[in-house]
Amino acid sequence: MTTEAGSETEVKENAEEKSAARLDQSKKATEETQEVVEEGETEKEKEGKGITRYLPTWFKKQKSQSQTSPTKEDPPTEEPVSKVNQEEAHVPEVNGHAEEVEEKEQVKEKESESHSNASADTEPAGEEKVEESAQKSLGSTEETQEVAEKEEDKKEVEKDRGQGQTSIFQSPLRLVRKNKMKLVVCHVTLLDGSDFTCEVEKRAKGLFLFFKVCEHLNLLEKDYFGLTYKDHHEQKCWLDPTKEIKRQIRSNNWQFAFNVKFYPPDPSLLSEDITRYLLCLQLREDVASGRLPCSFVTHALLGSYTLQAEIGDYEPDQPRPLDYISQLTFAPNQSKEMEEKILELHKSHKGMTPAQADCQFLENAKKLSMYGVDLHHAKDCEGVDIMLGVCANGLLVYKDRLRINRFAWPKILKISYKRNNFYIKIRPGETEQFESTVGFKLQNHRSAKRLWKVCVENHSFFRLNAPEQPPKARFLTLGSKFRYSGRTQNQTRMASTLIDRPAPAFERTSSKRISRSLDGAPMISITDTSREAENGHEPHLELHSDSKSPGRVRGDNIYDHDKTQDEVLKHQASVSELKRSFMEASPPSPPQLNLWEKHLTSSPATAARVQQQTVVLEEEAAKAADNGDAKEPAKTTEVEIEETVVVEEISKAAKPAEKLQTLEGQVQGGTGLEKKRESISSESESDEEAEYHPNVSLSIRHAQIPEEKEEEEEEQERKELSASSSPVEVNQAAAAVEDEGKECAEEEKNEVGAEEPIKTPDKAPNGMTPHEEVMCVTTKEEELPKVNGEDSVVEARSQVICCSEPPVVKTEMVTISDTFAAQKSEIATKEVPIVHTETKTITYEAAQLDGSGDGEPGVLMTAQTITSESLCTTTTTHITKTLKGGLSETRIEKRIVITGDCDIDHDQALAQAIKEAKEQHPDMSVTRVVVHKETELAEEDD
Amino acid sequence: MANMCPYGLYTHAVVRGIPETFGKVVGDNDENKEVSVDLAKAQRQFGCLTGALRQKVGLQLIEIPADPELPLSWKIEDVAVIQGHTALITRPFREQRRSEAEMVRRMLSELGVIVVDMDDTQGNSEGATLEGSDVLFTGREFFVGISSHTNHRGAEVLADTFKDFSVSIVPVCGGARLKQVCSMGGADTIIFSDSNGAKRTLRMMEQLADHHYNIITVPEQSAANCIYIKGPSKKDFLLHRSADECPDSMSALQKLQDYNFLPTACSEASKLGASLSSLCLLVNKKHTYF
Repeated sequence: MTTEAGSETEVKENAEEKSAARLDQSKKATEETQEVVEEGETEKEKEGKGITRYLPTWFKKQKSQSQTSPTKEDPPTEEPVSKVNQEEAHVPEVNGHAEEVEEKEQVKEKESESHSNASADTEPAGEEKVEESAQKSLGSTEETQEVAEKEEDKKEVEKDRGQGQTSIFQSPLRLVRKNKMKLVVCHVTLLDGSDFTCEVEKRAKGLFLFFKVCEHLNLLEKDYFGLTYKDHHEQKCWLDPTKEIKRQIRSNNWQFAFNVKFYPPDPSLLSEDITRYLLCLQLREDVASGRLPCSFVTHALLGSYTLQAEIGDYEPDQPRPLDYISQLTFAPNQSKEMEEKILELHKSHKGMTPAQADCQFLENAKKLSMYGVDLHHAKDCEGVDIMLGVCANGLLVYKDRLRINRFAWPKILKISYKRNNFYIKIRPGETEQFESTVGFKLQNHRSAKRLWKVCVENHSFFRLNAPEQPPKARFLTLGSKFRYSGRTQNQTRMASTLIDRPAPAFERTSSKRISRSLDGAPMISITDTSREAENGHEPHLELHSDSKSPGRVRGDNIYDHDKTQDEVLKHQASVSELKRSFMEASPPSPPQLNLWEKHLTSSPATAARVQQQTVVLEEEAAKAADNGDAKEPAKTTEVEIEETVVVEEISKAAKPAEKLQTLEGQVQGGTGLEKKRESISSESESDEEAEYHPNVSLSIRHAQIPEEKEEEEEEQERKELSASSSPVEVNQAAAAVEDEGKECAEEEKNEVGAEEPIKTPDKAPNGMTPHEEVMCVTTKEEELPKVNGEDSVVEARSQVICCSEPPVVKTEMVTISDTFAAQKSEIATKEVPIVHTETKTITYEAAQLDGSGDGEPGVLMTAQTITSESLCTTTTTHITKTLKGGLSETRIEKRIVITGDCDIDHDQALAQAIKEAKEQHPDMSVTRVVVHKETELAEEDD
Repeated sequence: MANMCPYGLYTHAVVRGIPETFGKVVGDNDENKEVSVDLAKAQRQFGCLTGALRQKVGLQLIEIPADPELPLSWKIEDVAVIQGHTALITRPFREQRRSEAEMVRRMLSELGVIVVDMDDTQGNSEGATLEGSDVLFTGREFFVGISSHTNHRGAEVLADTFKDFSVSIVPVCGGARLKQVCSMGGADTIIFSDSNGAKRTLRMMEQLADHHYNIITVPEQSAANCIYIKGPSKKDFLLHRSADECPDSMSALQKLQDYNFLPTACSEASKLGASLSSLCLLVNKKHTYF
């Protein structure tokens, strides 16, 4: 070990000397980088950190030994990539010789610096991964214990986390390790209004930045906090610690804010004063901005505690205290009267220490009804504006400041979203027999997803003892696998008891707050307006989503089934109705529905689709994709378009650089902590839908990938990515399908493209690929080459559903109404029409059928298509033809379109759909799967 | 906020005498069907109530003189909602009753209560109606019964006034008022009528409440309205309808341990749709926040 360690140091030193640029970067960049550099310089640190350093070496060795297979696998995958990038070529070597990795890295660095091409970005990631995997990540899978030891050596609590909770937490750190990655300057607005600037690697994960901020703040009880950023639509989003920052934020806007994410219901249980202080700062901001409404008296009281904490005892001889106080913002509408009251109360706090004052502040603030409630704009099924509040106890429904419903976490069986719908399934009450599902409409599916994520996180944090493992590779399931990855409240409390350090000194300053609050107020208003603006944009958003929807084909019959029911339920059960019962009837909001329907029915010509995740990578991908694909609305034309697309894909495959980048970006982003699949899925989650069962852990349906090896998986993924010609395939294929599967998928893809005109234009990019792969798989199994229908599946069923559902719904509705609203029974009857709205009957023209490529001779007698609107659009087409013999044949085609703004786990969805369809209609065969991706050319267009 | 005081702690009670016009309600619709009421008996019962509040419970009693021009002014509870140091002067459903607030406003101001007038609240209050008998404050949150006399907007104004608390709306069925089907029987206890309508309200309330309340159900609706006061001596008092008015409910109420039960007849007032709690407003001048 010693020798190795020595060599390492040397290497590092060399690195310093050789690449000055790197040094600079490393200094600024991450702690770890600093460690490396500093070791050479400072002996002190050498001792402390030396251990850490040595450990990695260890791990490299062990890794390479134990995990030979992964390493071996790597090279082949990357080689193809290497064609594109020179740098990539190095990677394989690295894998092969773990020990030499560092040196090579240097070499690479030099090269990359000299070359300084676009590919550089991509490559570093690869290198990082390799190194990481070599050093730590690999160890994590097989040698978890060792990793744990290593981490123990490091002093920080974080490590505990890492041990307990999978490698998620490690990843950000290692990510930053010692690559020549591009550094980016991050600006983080802290709770006291000051700005914290630091540099992180461009590919750093959210957790890394978060840790840097916490370190800067000297904060140990971090789990209540998080970083936020503004997405494309000026919406505040939580930075996912497990994903790359770059992929989450709006392009190149590295602006963040440090905020309280989970408001502890009882702040007195926090261990450290500094944590309480930060919570106070957040709450002061919340109160001053009006986000946390409180009465006059409370404003005054909280203000007086703030004064006590920040300036100490009231000084009678203080000149003109009122002047001073009026510079502070305590309330949205601060009056002289209030300031006087604040001063009066301040006098009574004499002798109270700042910490005590903070405690009193929190004791009062925590009782406010909106304390810790995260509000989201939504509409009930009737289009009535409501607010959904997520908090420690559950989900609250407000209309005009009045609470009209409440769903405690224990009562919620399932949380899901689909497009812009958000659903919760409610445990039946004592007197009820059926579970009920309540649905809400959000502005767009981004909002729905954001709400869903917040719910998942809040539930996990406050209700679970340990975070739920993200669902594993569920091959056949739909939806996001996003799960809360941090510690739960229980865990963080446990961890807090272990905090053993003298209370850190920190400065309570009001000056910053003054300046900030002055600035802050406008800021807040801005955000509000932005939200409103979003509302204004709604049509836009919907359009986009619509555009997507038509393009994507998915088959998930099962889901349809459930969904149809669910939907009906939702609509009928929607809170609004309930409210309605005892309130005046509110006008339904048909416009949205109409829009949706329109979009659904007509293929989206205006393909401009808003990418919801606003990930940089996606953008890139989109651009890449955009080159070739024009989205064309007309269905007839679609076929042709598709062909073009195919060509494009191939060409894309040929040019590796772009694709690789995008792919890698995605993969990496996803991989960090969770398995790549998860990550991928989480991305995919963004659009379509996801489920979360609050109390039940999800069972893994098809876990193809071993959970343990996260890192390995990553590598594999990479390999796969590089190997597969089409990037898209790589992403998903890697996760779900084995190499063979991929190949097949690819082949099939090609086939599809060549043979049959696909109705929907394919866009190569990432999200779509999974679909295709899945398709391939399915096709092989079934081997039913068939008609045009993209998804062939159940037909009759959907029709039945359309008709039959309403009654069912009714019954359920009644139940629901009983539960929530006392006087609703009448409403139930009214509901039916709503169901109607969802069902749309479209008659397609014959031309389309022809286009579908049905080769059979015959005359089309009738064609009826029924489309049910939902996240998955299911189109059932009955085609009656007259055949030569005078026989008439009726074919029922079912087409399922799964749409979403972002990448979805199409493969899963598809597979499940097909499976279910098969179960229900053994006679049916899957004829075609088409993946269609539309990307918007430029965001500015929006 | 932060009502740090234990629930039910009051120092003052504000009542308004029963005028000779008692029972001669000029009301519209349902309430103008002739009800035969015994004025003298009503006044006697009123005297019993005020006596109990003053002498048994130990509150300071402020009695606003009766006003014959305002035949319903004795239902003082409708006119204001008081929490802590803040009182919201409501907008009763009937126009004729809105002038009742004047004296009450004055009295409350004299008590040092911050008086917020519903008519003053910006814009919002147009068409808003709210009556105190549809408002249940549990010490932790408000419930507003959406009834024939109180509407959604009225509840919104209440929510704007008492921003510290969550304000939940619950349906009240059958023309009743929220306080007719339920009332507080202790800090965490709600006494509920057993009627079907009340059960619906209760279910909704349980659905909406953050806190878990103990529920005492009483078979007679009249028994569901009680007045719970934690007296100056920290003793629990419960003013409830007398045993001959609601014989079946006594046993249920007796479940409250260590209470001082103060049976108070209210038969005459109840003929006019009032309950025990309708007759008084309770104020805590010593309300503290910390």
